[in-house]
Order: sequence, then C-alpha cells, then structure tokens
Amino acid sequence: MTAPRKVYWNAPTMSWWERSYLPEVLRGLSITGGVLLRNLWRWTTFRKGALTTYYPEERRADYAPRNRGKHVLTQRPDGRPQCIACNLCATVCPARCIEIEAGFDPADAAHPKSPIRFEIDYSRCIFCGMCVEACPEDAIRMAKEIPNFPGADRTDMWISLPELLTWHPQSDVAKPYPPKGGPT
Amino acid sequence: MIQNLAVSVVFIGYAIGVLMTLGLVLTWVERKQAAIMSDRIGANRAYLRIPFTRVKLVWWGLFHGLADGMKMLLKEDWKPDSYDRLAYAIAPWVAFAPVLLVFAVIPFGGSLRPAELFAAIPTLAGWFGDRTYELQIAHLDAGLLVIFAFGGLTIIGAMLAGWSSGNKFSLLGALRAGSQMISYELILGLTVLGLIVVYGTVDLVAIVRAQSGIALGVLPAWGIVYQPFAAVLFLVASVAENRRIPFDLPEAESELIAGYFTEYSAMKMGLFMFAEFIEIAIIAALFATLFLGGYNLPYMSDAGFAFPGGRDVAMSHGAVLATQVVVFLAKVGLLCSFQILVRWTFPRFRYDQLLRFAWKTMFPLALANLCVTVVAVWALRGLAS
Repeated sequence: MTAPRKVYWNAPTMSWWERSYLPEVLRGLSITGGVLLRNLWRWTTFRKGALTTYYPEERRADYAPRNRGKHVLTQRPDGRPQCIACNLCATVCPARCIEIEAGFDPADAAHPKSPIRFEIDYSRCIFCGMCVEACPEDAIRMAKEIPNFPGADRTDMWISLPELLTWHPQSDVAKPYPPKGGPT
Repeated sequence: MIQNLAVSVVFIGYAIGVLMTLGLVLTWVERKQAAIMSDRIGANRAYLRIPFTRVKLVWWGLFHGLADGMKMLLKEDWKPDSYDRLAYAIAPWVAFAPVLLVFAVIPFGGSLRPAELFAAIPTLAGWFGDRTYELQIAHLDAGLLVIFAFGGLTIIGAMLAGWSSGNKFSLLGALRAGSQMISYELILGLTVLGLIVVYGTVDLVAIVRAQSGIALGVLPAWGIVYQPFAAVLFLVASVAENRRIPFDLPEAESELIAGYFTEYSAMKMGLFMFAEFIEIAIIAALFATLFLGGYNLPYMSDAGFAFPGGRDVAMSHGAVLATQVVVFLAKVGLLCSFQILVRWTFPRFRYDQLLRFAWKTMFPLALANLCVTVVAVWALRGLAS
C-alpha cells in the first residue's frame, strides 16, 4: 500500500511545450548565450561588460547626496575648526569611536577651547549620524564621500584632524557654509 | 623507420601540449566565462611580475590557472585511513590516463607530406622521401571503437576512488557515476552507430575525409548535416558522460560534498579536476571530428579553396596544413565554450530524472534515429544501384 501522492496547491502548471524540455532548454541557452555575447562585445570594444566597480582603484560616482559617508569638521572663516571640544559627540556616540583632546587658547575669549586632537575610528563607526545631531555648534557634519579606505592595518582606519578639515563647502548647496544667520 | 618515429614524437608532443594547455586554460575560461555570462568581471587579480621591474603581466587573469596548479601542488597530500591504499593511489591515474589516450586516434589535420613541406631544405626532404603521414598519432582502423574502449575506462577510476576512500559519500558518488556513465555510454554508442552506417567505416581519418565534400549543392558534407538528430543526442550524452552540470549527480556538492573524490586532496584531487577539463576538450574534439567536419573548412581541399561558382584559391602545402590545424583548434575552442555555456545555464537533474531521461527519452530517440538512418541509407543505396 502506497499513500496517494500529495497534491500541492502550488504545483507547477506547464504546457506540453514546456514539458517537452528541449525548446525551453534552447530558450535558456539563447538567453545566457545572448548575455555572454553582449558582454563579450562590450569587453572587446574597450567598454565595461560588468556592473562591478573595481573598488580600491575605482569609486562609484553616484552616492546619494544624503549619504552618510564620512565626517567633516566645519571651519571658521579663518580656517580653525568650529568645534569647541565639548565632547558631546564623543559622549553620544554609540560605537564610542570618537576621541577628542581639547586645547586651551586664552587669547581667543569667545572660543577658548578647541580640539588639538580629533580622531574617529572608522573600523568601529556605524555611521548613525548621532554625533551630527548632538553637536551644538554645527561643527561636525557628514559628507556623502567615503574615506580613502581600505587600509592594510587597523590603525589605517583612523581619521584625524587634518583629513577632517579638508572639506570644500562650496560644493555642498544643500548646506551652505557659513550657515545663514548662525554663529560665526 | 626513424623518420616515422620522429614524426610520431612530434605529433605526441603536440597532442600532449595541446591537451595540457587546454586543460589549464579551461579552468580559467570556465571561471571567466561564467563571470561574463552573469555580468561580473571574474578572475582578474593574479599576475606575473617580470623580475626586478614593476611590470605586472595580468593578461585578463590568465595566470589564475597557474596559481590554481601551484596551490594543488603545494597542498598537503592527505590520505584517509583506507584499507585499500593501492586502489586509492592509482584511482586518479586510472581516471586521468584514458582521457589523454583518446586523443591518439583523433585526426587534428590533413595529410602531411614532409618532402613537400621541407622542399627548401633538400637534405631533410630527401631524408623523408615520399612518405606521407596523417596528422594523427595512431592510425588505427578501429579508431571510433578505441575511443569507446578508452572512454569506458574512466568509470573504473571513479569507482575505484569511491570504493577505496572508505567514505559513504564517496561510495554513493561512485555508484551514481557508475550507473550514469554506463547508461549514457550506451546512448553515445547508439548515436555514433548512425554515423558509421552513413560513412561505412569506423576509421576516423576516413570519416573526416568523407566530410570534406559538398552535400546538396552548397552545404558542407559534415556529419551534422546528415545526422542532425544524432549530433544533439551525442552532445547531451557526452556532457552526461563527463559528469558536468546538469548531469553532475556523482559530485553534487549540496548532497555528496564532492562525490567520489571527497577524500582526495592536493594534486590527486587536481588530477580528477584536470581529467574533467581535458575531457571537455576531448568531447569537443570528438564532436568536431564526427559532426563538424574535423579540420575541414567548407569548400576547402588539400589543394586550397574551391568555391561554388568556379573561383579557386590555390594554397601551398604548408599553408593548407596550418589552416587545417588552426581550424580544428578553433572548432574545439568554440565547442569547449559551448559546453561551459551549458554548464552555467542549467540546474541539476534529480537522480530519477537523470536515469529516466537516459532510458525513456534518449534511448528510444537514439534507436529511432538509427532505424531511420538505416532505412534511409538502404533506400538511397537501392536507388543508386
């Protein structure tokens, strides 16, 4: 006694043409062969026949404008960082990847504190943007570009003050700098 | 006789060189073609650097084949605690050697007349005299039968490997390989029988020579014109014989790890892989010889081209030989590429589907093809006489 074969609700329904297998096999071959010939033609005419980006050598240009790619520090008109080294971003950071060492400048009465060391560990950063929200001075923002990774060592994953200050605000239309009506 | 020996040594060197190169290059072609078919880039990172310079030869990742070979050679050659060491040790060779031997009877070019080829060097031409050689290592009258005899040996390698590994997955893979290869070998033989009926010989040189003419006015008299149905069946059955997707049940990764060579490592496993890749080339060479006119181009003979409409292009003996060898290699290359296309297009059969396909679809079709061929040949010969 064998149990009756179970009838599945989603049993495939195929016409006799599909069930005869050979025509469908030929159709499949023509599809894959067509893709092969198209891509081969692209490669042999010195174009790229693949969707892949050769990552370290090549960057994709189509990051979204709101992409949280890397941090930048905004600058005062004289080029010093706007950061007042209050450590709010380092405190709020869930990944604890921001390290700030504050410096003291008695000559600048308005902003006596400023960072002399501002480092972000990108091997731990989760790109949540909470540091940007926490900042009272609009000193840290996130740009759509991505840092110059990969590196051969995990110490290469740190980004420090010189690189954080290489931001060209002219290119960012959405966030003018200096901000209109804000503090200088 | 020393002349014959010299020519044979050259031919054997050529055959081994071509097969080894194809085996090595096909490992790369398989990866690269799979990548191109699926919009990827594929192997492109391995390179050779010219010593003391910064010049890196990447060559589209061609050296990945070399890197694979190096890896195979340098890996630990681990041996299982098997009770049959001898069978375990010889199984890869039993699988590998027959594949190479099959090429011995495949003609890879027309007939060579050394006296004419070396006409510029009188001593060499005089030494060869008026000897002629077919571009074939072993001129055997039973060429096609030799191919099936050696082709049937590879199964012993698979069975030995599976049995002597002392692993249940290996044994399952070997049993699957056994029943599959025996089933499909039968179909291979039956499809080729139709060709033998058409050409009236099993000598591969004669079969290829018979395909050099013109059929029906314009078509080249290739086997695929006379036996289109057998050509398709032969191709399907030979892919199954080579245990590649969609017929790779003996080594189905998701079920049997690696099938009958699960317990093999390093170069022993490499030999199984290498045998598989060389067999791709052998299948391509066999298919080209039997169905695609071997080294023949349409309208080409030993004297040059003779196009319909009375235009003739005369060619020297050396040019004809070079064209024939290159044409044969080109056909083999294209057929290898087609087999790789098949391998990266289809999903795997279920095992019952595999055997049902062999015995309930392919077998009756091959028999029907044979019957129709026999009747047609009998009727046509009857009309002619």
